[in-house]
Amino acid sequence: MSSLAVRKDAPAGITPGTAQGPPPARRRRIALVPTLTLALGALYCLLPVAWVVIAATKSGRELFSTFTFLPGTGLADNLSDLNAYRDGVYWTWMGNSALYAGLGALLSTAVSAVSGYALAIYRFRGRETVFNILMAGVLMPPVILAVPQYLLLAEADLTDSYASVLLPLVLSPYGVYLARIYAAAAVPADVVEAGRMDGAGEWRIFTRIALPMMVPGLVTVFLFQFVAVWNNFLLPYIMLSDDEKFPITLGLFTLLEQGANTPALYTLVITGALLAVGPLIALFLVVQRFWSLDLLSGAVKS
Amino acid sequence: MRDPRREPAGGVAAPAGRPPRARARSHGRGRGAPYLFLLPATVLFALFFALPIGYALWLSLHKVEVKGLGLGAGARAEVWAGVENHTAALTDSELLSGALRVLGYGAIVVPVMLGLALVFALMLDSEKVRGTRFTRLAIFLPYAVPGVVAALLWGFLYLPDVSPFHFVLDRLGMPQPDLLDGGPLYLALSNIAVWGGTGFNMIVIYTALRAIPAEVYEAARLDGATPLQTALRIKIPMVAPSLVLTFFFSIIATLQVFSEPTTLKPLTNSVSTTWSPLMKVYQDAFGKGDIHAAAAGAVLIAVATLLLSFGFLRAANSRTRQEEAR
Repeated sequence: MSSLAVRKDAPAGITPGTAQGPPPARRRRIALVPTLTLALGALYCLLPVAWVVIAATKSGRELFSTFTFLPGTGLADNLSDLNAYRDGVYWTWMGNSALYAGLGALLSTAVSAVSGYALAIYRFRGRETVFNILMAGVLMPPVILAVPQYLLLAEADLTDSYASVLLPLVLSPYGVYLARIYAAAAVPADVVEAGRMDGAGEWRIFTRIALPMMVPGLVTVFLFQFVAVWNNFLLPYIMLSDDEKFPITLGLFTLLEQGANTPALYTLVITGALLAVGPLIALFLVVQRFWSLDLLSGAVKS
Repeated sequence: MRDPRREPAGGVAAPAGRPPRARARSHGRGRGAPYLFLLPATVLFALFFALPIGYALWLSLHKVEVKGLGLGAGARAEVWAGVENHTAALTDSELLSGALRVLGYGAIVVPVMLGLALVFALMLDSEKVRGTRFTRLAIFLPYAVPGVVAALLWGFLYLPDVSPFHFVLDRLGMPQPDLLDGGPLYLALSNIAVWGGTGFNMIVIYTALRAIPAEVYEAARLDGATPLQTALRIKIPMVAPSLVLTFFFSIIATLQVFSEPTTLKPLTNSVSTTWSPLMKVYQDAFGKGDIHAAAAGAVLIAVATLLLSFGFLRAANSRTRQEEAR
């Protein structure tokens, strides 16, 4: 961190051979090529988002007749149409997505925390074997899991239920990996030892002492898993048939599928898409301050 | 208890057969604790990873045999089929052409996405660049957009009646290519994946760049290296491990493409129900109800994916070793 600041803030005048002018002028100059390239990249990434914001304001007729980036007049109608569609099933989908992603990420973080802590703090027979087997899960393509998972859950009469979408995603190998790295860096061994000296049980040491120390890392695990579940499509697509249980991704997909025959539904799909990306983008803007993205690549600040 | 931080992540645990006597007192009581702590993960792994994989393998090695007219109990039996299903899948033209399509798609997506991610990361890391807070966030933003919604948004942007590109081309009197058919369809689908994945990989590479110690740059600066030379000769080689890792995971993810082409399907007739191998597996399992063929397809895709991704990892590693030897 500090090394970065040193590098970035070092006045350019120190550089030997400053033939291009006095240091203050050089310091203010902007590197044009990188700045413009990044701006273009940002524009490219924002384009579809800008489009959906504008398209959601158009009535069905305007959508096909006016210029794409010209705002329309139908936002209120689109919203009330969406609200009225099949007695507000859209909001059921949103609620389902929030449940799957929220509860799923919470359970997943809990499992990751307790497993990562155990793998980082204790030394026991088979530790690396357990860790390596769990990590192999990262490499398993979802396809080889999802179809047999469906068949096995069908045996247990659990398909087409909330549990069928929640349970297979609770164990996140990547989450365990992050929690282990973070526990190893954030929980000093002597603190654990001191807890033992004071006569605290292992579980109590974990919940009262180690867990609070691991919170920043666990926030990352939670958010990572939240996004993974919220964005998941294959699993609910395979598991669910009752559209009252659909998450938003699957709901919008079925709406689009019906819209292929009735373009009147396009405005609903577009408005629905806008409302679906809204919360997640807002969540990102709020939490990106707390979210240490560094941890995503396994780096831990020491 | 030793300081776990001092220990390499892949290190071998202390010989568990003979626990150090000095620590026996504090250790004895909690000896079962790590096993209990790992119980939830182990149970979940067994139920939702190991068991399904085993079941998929078992299914792929069996087939249904119908006796007589196939009526009544016991008329349908699952019998051993050996590699029959696998050879059938390997000679299935639908699965093969799907695999070729996805390889072509991956050959566009992976290099373009990671190339852009690397360029953006290097530029974020270079000096005197303005507005990086905003651009970094904007480029990362698509990560928060589900693949289905991304495909849906771009799908509308490709649709001739709605597309701004078609509008502009129309005004200019230029021919308007159909982005949802033929060759352009690959580009259209690739674009969705590139849009969605660049930001995440950019952050991973950028994080690695920031971890390079400042002294390294100081030396380069004293040698009079230009920013471009610094990027090519110092930065890229130093973040090579991150690049290899992002490549590795991108290959796995790209070969599994499912939701984007499935979402575009309602908008065009050019995406068949078996466009990607994964869609073909889905069709076999739920369209035709042939779970044995589906399992064989899934096993083959998994094997091919792991072969390709680990093959890449090996190639990358031997290359680094060669360069170190030089």
